Amino acid sequence: MNKELEPLVLQKKILTEIKKILLLGSGALKIGEAGEFDYSGSQAIKALKEEGKTVILVNPNIATVQTDIDLADKVYLLPVNPYFVEQIIKKENPEGILLGFGGQTALNCGLELNRLGILKKYNVQVLGTQVDSINKTEDRELFVKELNKIKVRTPISKAVRSVKEGLKAAKEVGYPVILRAGFTLGGLGSGFANNEKEITKALQEAFSYSPQVLIEEDLRGWKEIEYEVVRDSADNCITVCNMENFDPLGVHTGESIVIAPSQTLSNAEYHQLRDISIKTIRHFKIMGECNIQFALNPKSVSETGEFDYRVIEVNARLSRSSALASKVTGYPLAYIAAKLSLGYKLTELENSITKKTYSCFEPALDYVALKIPRWDLAKFPRVEEEIGSKMKSVGEVMAIGRSFPEVLQKAIRMLQVGKFGLVLNTSKTQTIKQDIITPTPRRLFAISRALRDGYTVDEVHNMSSIDKWFLYQIRNIDNFRKLATTKENITADFLLEAKKLGYSDKQIGLLVGTDEDEIRKIRKSLGVLPVFKQIDTLAAEYPAETNYLYSTYHGDTNDVEETKETDKKKIMILGSGPYKIGSSVEFDWCCVTTAKILRKLGYKVVMVNYNPETVSTDYDICDKLYFEELSLERVLDIYEFEKPLGIIISMGGQIPNNLALKLHENNAWILGTSPHSIDKCEDRNKFSSILDRLEIDQPVWQELADLKQAKKFSNQIGYPVLIRPSYVLSGTAMKVCNDDRSLEEYIKEHAQISKDFPVVISKFEEGAKEIEIDGVGQNGELIIYAISEHVENAGVHSGDATLAIPPQKLYFETVHQIKRITKAIVKELKITGPFNIQYLAKENKVKVIECNLRASRSFPFISKATNYNFIDFAVKSILGHDIKGDYKTLDLDHIVVKAPQFSFSRLSGADPILGVEMSSTGEVACFGESMEEAFLKSLLSTGFRLPKQNILLTLGDLEDKIEFLDSARKLNEMGFTIFATTNTHALLKEHKVKSKLVYKINEKKNPNILSMLEKKKFDLVINTQSMKHEHKSMRDGYIMRRKAIDYNIPLINNLKIAVLFVNSIYKYKLEQLEIKSMDEY
Amino acid sequence: MKQKQKVYLRLANGKTFTGYSFGKYGNSDGEVVFTTGMTGYPESLTDPSYSGQILVFTYPLIGNYGIPHFERDDSAKTIQNGFESGRIQVRGMIISNYSFEYSHFDAAGSLHTWLQENDIPGIYGIDTRELTKTLRTTGVMLGKITTELPGSEDTAEIIDPNETDLAGMVGVREPVVYSPKKNKNPKKILLIDCGVKNNIIRNFVNRGAEVIRVPLGYDPMKSEYEFDGIFVSNGPGDPKMCTATIDNLKRSFSLNKPIFGICLGSQILGLSAGADTYKLKFGHRSQNQPCIEVGGHCYITSQNHGYAVDTKTLPQDWQEWFINNNDGTNEGVKHNSKPFFAVQFHPESSPGPNDTGWLFDKFIEML
Repeated sequence: MNKELEPLVLQKKILTEIKKILLLGSGALKIGEAGEFDYSGSQAIKALKEEGKTVILVNPNIATVQTDIDLADKVYLLPVNPYFVEQIIKKENPEGILLGFGGQTALNCGLELNRLGILKKYNVQVLGTQVDSINKTEDRELFVKELNKIKVRTPISKAVRSVKEGLKAAKEVGYPVILRAGFTLGGLGSGFANNEKEITKALQEAFSYSPQVLIEEDLRGWKEIEYEVVRDSADNCITVCNMENFDPLGVHTGESIVIAPSQTLSNAEYHQLRDISIKTIRHFKIMGECNIQFALNPKSVSETGEFDYRVIEVNARLSRSSALASKVTGYPLAYIAAKLSLGYKLTELENSITKKTYSCFEPALDYVALKIPRWDLAKFPRVEEEIGSKMKSVGEVMAIGRSFPEVLQKAIRMLQVGKFGLVLNTSKTQTIKQDIITPTPRRLFAISRALRDGYTVDEVHNMSSIDKWFLYQIRNIDNFRKLATTKENITADFLLEAKKLGYSDKQIGLLVGTDEDEIRKIRKSLGVLPVFKQIDTLAAEYPAETNYLYSTYHGDTNDVEETKETDKKKIMILGSGPYKIGSSVEFDWCCVTTAKILRKLGYKVVMVNYNPETVSTDYDICDKLYFEELSLERVLDIYEFEKPLGIIISMGGQIPNNLALKLHENNAWILGTSPHSIDKCEDRNKFSSILDRLEIDQPVWQELADLKQAKKFSNQIGYPVLIRPSYVLSGTAMKVCNDDRSLEEYIKEHAQISKDFPVVISKFEEGAKEIEIDGVGQNGELIIYAISEHVENAGVHSGDATLAIPPQKLYFETVHQIKRITKAIVKELKITGPFNIQYLAKENKVKVIECNLRASRSFPFISKATNYNFIDFAVKSILGHDIKGDYKTLDLDHIVVKAPQFSFSRLSGADPILGVEMSSTGEVACFGESMEEAFLKSLLSTGFRLPKQNILLTLGDLEDKIEFLDSARKLNEMGFTIFATTNTHALLKEHKVKSKLVYKINEKKNPNILSMLEKKKFDLVINTQSMKHEHKSMRDGYIMRRKAIDYNIPLINNLKIAVLFVNSIYKYKLEQLEIKSMDEY
Repeated sequence: MKQKQKVYLRLANGKTFTGYSFGKYGNSDGEVVFTTGMTGYPESLTDPSYSGQILVFTYPLIGNYGIPHFERDDSAKTIQNGFESGRIQVRGMIISNYSFEYSHFDAAGSLHTWLQENDIPGIYGIDTRELTKTLRTTGVMLGKITTELPGSEDTAEIIDPNETDLAGMVGVREPVVYSPKKNKNPKKILLIDCGVKNNIIRNFVNRGAEVIRVPLGYDPMKSEYEFDGIFVSNGPGDPKMCTATIDNLKRSFSLNKPIFGICLGSQILGLSAGADTYKLKFGHRSQNQPCIEVGGHCYITSQNHGYAVDTKTLPQDWQEWFINNNDGTNEGVKHNSKPFFAVQFHPESSPGPNDTGWLFDKFIEML
């Protein structure tokens, strides 16, 4: 027996004494912490429930699957922070707690609970990896010390606690250096510095997030490799998956294109790093799952004859990478980790795919999987585009196939950013060299373009340090274009070759001068079809019992049998694709819920989705999972192969919705509302004329093809106006323009204006309320609906708005009108299934602004708030069940408030303002007895810290100042110190509200806002910007808001929210917020 | 785009797979087996245990990092240079995707050129998953690689390599001694070469032991070398073909010197002890096989074998030592009281995980 290993505990040591377990979730989706934790948490709950444990979940993210009532025994939609968790522990008395399934949020909260002695006080045992081990992996200084003990190399690095120390350390390490802040998620507060000036700025910022910063040697250009490691209580330790970053070190792994398994490592390299992984994880006594990241010198071996490497970090918890690895391999890491935390050994747990073998093995892949991050930087004015050591991406996609070109082109299409693949796209890269040297979301395309334009692989390698193997593969994709032929001369061999390189029918069409449909016909007539293969964890060594499938053209035989005749008990669901701003975990919840209900009703479910962060891509949610593109081509391939009764396209958000008509035209049966109705709703002209015919009011709008007309129309309806391009390409911004000048600016900056590219201008209603109705129709009859109200006035994107249900401030007459209009629209469009309509209400006049014939972002919110599962209604409506009844959704005994989560701290330079473009990355919702209570809980759930003393108040318009007066008085009364700029100060003084004067940044006088922000003198910044003086004050306001974010000072940037906030803290102290689980309401 | 030449793989069951040529454009035959390892094609191709076999790689992307500098490697260097014997041992290589371009700082050339120089045919563009499933369900079978579309002619004329003395053909003809650089007074291991992998020798020599590598059939009882222990190596084919070695080993038990066997060596030791061996349906050829030490830990091991010791037939004074966590087959045997033991897996790895390298320490400590 290996003497280095821990002596084995031979008898089973399952923790039977632990009966009730508290599971910490990760809260709202944010950059660096996204849907992957819904997946890990859900898996953990499943694993624990199988063992008969009582599971108490704390997670305010209402849109997740894990907060469903049928999973955990109790769900607390409350902030994941030490205060609230302690209250829950006090109430529930759990014996055990799991910290590793809710990302950095849960981990940090757990560490804090431990530090404060709360776990000990209530006798709660940490399950899985112990706090001591977590501390050693989280505290960089300890981490390096521990690894030195076992002679594992780490980057040369110095821990510093002040700017001065930092400058000294940087000098010793030698510029350029890397900065790394401890205890943060996704590399927050980390970056590079080339000189003293840069490091001073970076250190100041980093210290606002972390008391300790590391200055490290610059290893940019080294390969970045990760291993997912699992260890059990018997010290059995395995690596489940290794992954290689396409982007060399310097780009955060969450920002990198990642391929699994590694492609450019020799056996010796692979296993040297694997050995170190296992040695390290055993040393840290990790129990459960963790991830280890390496830098590997791509050029030489070290003096000792080993390959030269550094261990970059260890995450002693489930992570984004572990979710990815689970999807890559089919090995359910979170599920296994939860079982291991109860004392099971790997050798005792069944492999859930083969159901014949056990979990103590390392999956063998006979395919490759590629992840590409999805960025939405265009949504953020002023944001720095460069990607580096901080995470900026909001989601990711994963493609599975059997060659690199195949997965690369698939993955690019999956991003849904208007690309047909790597090549043959319409938009062209302008600045090739710059885009290769400095990583941005454009780099991949710049590389392809460069290689086409005559750059050699060596040249591109020298500019980017990307391994030449990847560059050769990219070049091969492009080289195929030289074989372009004419439509008439297409052969099966030509098509197959194209397909093996990942070309879509659309791309092939562009290559030979025809369209996608034509290529599909030719391709089918020549018998060139994809095959569907299984992911089985063992590369076909054992048969697989699950249907986790992908398509490839590198093969001739399907692993599963083609269905011969339409199967009336089989339904296909299209998932929601990548998480991005505006489409997130809510749609995954809708899809998963649909699958659950269909299966309960006896249907077999075929799920199509490709987002590795989701629950819907868990192979036990459905009967067949196609981890595949949501493109017309691929959906038809699967549809024709599976022959289901029909396709549900109304649950996965806009991506499936956009496919409805095209699928219908290709003879696919769409379940629910007719694709023609969907088209009527999506087409602005058609929808508008329907509203006119039904005599339903809408904001005045027009499509305009030149600037002169645009100005004329805008003046005619009166500024402000809302402007947007008629054909919305991804990320193309909408904007509110206040005058001719800003209209001109917008058109110059964002949109061409011509007959081919008209803009749409509509009247922007000021001071109007926004109201949403979510509902389900059946054959044109309204079955059930829920009305929720925005706290902010119209003008804030509905995804960024704070929503309350039931509505608190609506006139009866308004509600009545909304119901009437809704019924008319449901009838006109013959809606069968879910829908969402957005309304503007001002002085009892109601206007329709948008209508979607699909489930909306707020479906999980309204379903959990009203306790009517709207998806259940929608599915049954679609299937033709009789679901008519009397459902009370307006008359609730409680209030639920949904609040947005922003990730501005991640997006250097982005202006943290609210506007017509959505910018939040997630949301939370909490229950309460009153609006104020629910709101305050929600706000705290987004990580908001309550102010202790000093509040900076800078309010834009006079109206804002006046509206806030009463609130300011309350702040005085509560003993807060208000700091205000000249005008606000004067007005407050006039109305006998105490405040201290501070000077605006550009006034350059002291006390100045800027220096006070930098010294962190404020606990809260309340800033509203003036709509009317946009140009003058913009820069000052921007700097102030940005500094607040950069120095981690809470910011409220909307007046309605500011007022509600003050009312809330006026009414409730923290201790007065009730600790109640969802089912107690 | 390179000119592609079609080649075919014909299996004994009549099934034909079509792909394209790389390496040598020509014919070959052998026993068709698959490996699910994801790394280490240079190591696998030079592993003598694959002698007589056509090797299918289930991992679809092959050739990415080229072939390292090919040097004679009998001095047991610290850096593994990626080869397990002095030549390519397989009779053919079957893959899904061949990477014509390679990239690695240690690469000396491409896999294609290396195969060509060694007269070994390769086929790419094969649905290797389908092929593997065929082998899994039917069991491993004979097959041939041909440049002409195989017609009605069958594969009957292929000689089953397992019926030949494969192990005897791949080992050394004359004894070779490998001495450690630093240790002046090393422990001496008599290594019976049934087709030993270089990394076994490296593992011993790097631990300061001297290896006397002798041919199969060499009788330890009549050794002209002094030695402290016997090692029986891995190798190709049916263990029952190694009759002389089985007999020699049985008689060597009386020396009471430590005996250690790996893979074929484990089967030979089992047969010497009086147990029986049998052929597995499709063998274990992979780098992810979990093996539980009875009463101990589970290790991830590298494997390459088609035969196994039948645990039920172990005599009373022997015991099962390691068990495969997946299918319960025997992965190691040891004597109840004497220092005789063997493992079915490959602690020397290369390719594969190094988790069981401690077995070499254990053996050397006993000497």
